[in-house]
Amino acid sequence: MKIAILQFGGTNCDLDVLHILKDVVGIDAETVWYKQENLTGFDGVVVPGGFSYGDYLRAGAIAARTPIMNSVKKLAAEGKPVLGICNGFQILTEARVLEGALTTNEYPKFRCHWTNLRVETVDTPFTSKFRKGEIIRMPIAHMEGQFYAEEKTLAELDENEQVVFRYVDENGKVTDAANPNGSLENIAGIVNPSRNIFGLMPHPERASESILGSDHGLRVFESMADYITENF
Amino acid sequence: MQYQATVRIEQKAGMLDPEGTTAKRALGQLGYQVSSVKTAKLYEIVLEAESAEVAEQKVDEMCQKLIANPIVHNYTIELKQLN
Repeated sequence: MKIAILQFGGTNCDLDVLHILKDVVGIDAETVWYKQENLTGFDGVVVPGGFSYGDYLRAGAIAARTPIMNSVKKLAAEGKPVLGICNGFQILTEARVLEGALTTNEYPKFRCHWTNLRVETVDTPFTSKFRKGEIIRMPIAHMEGQFYAEEKTLAELDENEQVVFRYVDENGKVTDAANPNGSLENIAGIVNPSRNIFGLMPHPERASESILGSDHGLRVFESMADYITENF
Repeated sequence: MQYQATVRIEQKAGMLDPEGTTAKRALGQLGYQVSSVKTAKLYEIVLEAESAEVAEQKVDEMCQKLIANPIVHNYTIELKQLN
C-alpha cells in the first residue's frame, strides 16, 4: 500500500502527514510534486494543508486546476480514497469533486485553536474507526473555512449523510458559539456521494499523537489504511 | 482586435461579506454612519479576439473556469476595444 501526499507551491502540512502515515500508522507514503502528473502505483491520496499559490483568486483555486488533479480524479474514480485537509479541502471543492465552497470566516480572521467535532457518519473509508455521535478533538488553522452550499445541495448532503464532522460544544451540541467560522449547519467536513473523497477543515495530522494533545485524528488515517487493505 | 474586459466579481445575495461588515464597523468608529459596505473584486483582462462577441464569450468562459466560483459569486463583464 502506498499513499501519495501532494505538494503544490505553498503546501506546508505535507511532511506532518508523511510523518503520521509512515512513523505512526506505519504505512508507505511519499510526497509527490504537482508537476508529476502520474499517480500510477498509489492506492490513495492526501491533499494536505497550506497556502497553495498564496490563496490567490480564492483559496485552492489555482491548485485545483493543475493537471495532477486529473490524475486524482482518475484515482478516485477507481474507488480509491482521497483525503483533503484544510487547504486540501478548499482545493477539492474548487476542483468540484466535493460540493459547496469554503469562503472567508464569518469573523474575518485567521483562527487557530482546538475544536470539538461530532462524528456524523462512520460509513466512510475515513471514519470506520469512530463511533457515530462520538465527540472528538482536532485543531483548526484557517481564514477561509466557512462552508457554504446552496440550499438544495445542503439538503442533499444531509439526506445522503455526506456530512462527516460538525463543530459542536463539549456536550456535543451544535451551537453558534462552537462554530468557528460561520459554516452552514456547523459543517466541518463532507464526503462526495460515492464517499471515497473526504474534505475537512480541521487537521487530523495535528491530532494524531497524544503528545500533541489529542490522537483522535489518527483514526482518520487508520480507517483509510484499513479501507485500502480491504479493497485494493 | 484588442479588447479590455473589466470583470467585477461579487458575492451572491444572502452570503456573508465579512470584509464589508468589518469595514462598515470601522467606518462607524471613525464617525461615518453608512447603511452598508460591500466588497467586490475587479479584474482587467486584455485579450486579442476577432470581435467583441468572441472576446466576451472567451472572458465568460474564463470566469466560469477560474476567475469566479459560480457557487458563491455573481459576475459582470464590461468590454472595451483598445485599438
